[in-house]
Amino acid sequence: MNASLPELTATFSKIGLFTIGGGYAMIPLIEHYVVERNKWVEKEEFLDLLALAQSAPGVFAVNIAIFIGYKLRGLKGAIFASLGSALPSVVCILLIAIFFRTFRENHIVEYVFRGIRPAVVALVAAPVFSVAKTAKITYTTVWIPIVAALLIVALGVSPIYIIPAALIAGFLYGKFTAK
Amino acid sequence: MMILLLKLFLTFFKIGMFSFGGGYGILSVMQGEIVTSNAWLSMAEFTDIVAISQMTPGPISINMATYVGYSIMNHATGSQLIAIIGSLITSLGLMLPSLILMTIISRYLLKYSKGPMVNAIFSVLRPTVVGLIASAALLLMTRENYGTPGGTPLRFWVSVLITIAAFVAVRRKVSPILILVISGLFTGVLYSIVE
Repeated sequence: MNASLPELTATFSKIGLFTIGGGYAMIPLIEHYVVERNKWVEKEEFLDLLALAQSAPGVFAVNIAIFIGYKLRGLKGAIFASLGSALPSVVCILLIAIFFRTFRENHIVEYVFRGIRPAVVALVAAPVFSVAKTAKITYTTVWIPIVAALLIVALGVSPIYIIPAALIAGFLYGKFTAK
Repeated sequence: MMILLLKLFLTFFKIGMFSFGGGYGILSVMQGEIVTSNAWLSMAEFTDIVAISQMTPGPISINMATYVGYSIMNHATGSQLIAIIGSLITSLGLMLPSLILMTIISRYLLKYSKGPMVNAIFSVLRPTVVGLIASAALLLMTRENYGTPGGTPLRFWVSVLITIAAFVAVRRKVSPILILVISGLFTGVLYSIVE
């Protein structure tokens, strides 16, 4: 159960380093290290934790690191685990950013990115349907995503205002249905 | 420069605070703040950053925050060092609200996490995030990313086909990295021959 701060940092750095493709790809690796190998949390607690990290704002994998770090070593543990989880990303991206700057003007690189950009659009569009499935959208709620998307695309409203509005609307909805 | 750094920190703090729904939900909020509201980067630059963030290790949103912070400060000052400081400020800014909120949540709110009020809030929040992600995809469909059917018809139609093919491939669980690599190789070869 006990974990030292360097151990926490190193474990989450490893998790950060070996997962490519974002938060959800990290789940099996996190489970391997945190549940099976180190036995820091029980399997059931881990599942609750996933649900919690998903519903909290911010970065999914970082949220998990914070939660486990906090559980094991308090605030210090949370800080070290979360910094550990972000460290490999920050280092890799910085190296690429510095390197890519000198290649950007290259013709071939530009040609390659002309293909990558429309593919990125598809990568962003695809989760609309998988998230819609887990959001259990019905005929009574289907207007919510449509209105949100229209506000952003047609009226130029920043999504940062849509989220608090949705939180308030959800709260009011909860108040009214409770009575 | 200090003002810009401070603004970046506050912006990413806000993004970390009000982003729900994982990497792509965060992407939508980042796009709104970075490209639409502040015009710190163009949509094409932002798209490239999404692609590179997808292909490198770690959470996509941390990768994006780092890269966006680097690019904005590099554009503004031309200094490598300040750009690196910028990237640290944006990634820490993004993580800080989580650190505050998650420690509070894990301390006090764990027992309420399945209550009716939380359920009600999420019944509105989840569909909203779907709309956010949809808007992010729509906003990425720009002239910069696709060309135009009149001006550059070959590029436009090739791009449209790539989007459709990539979409089908993602839905069939092909690795996103593989999709990006194949799309890039394809146009790299195609345009090298044609142009």
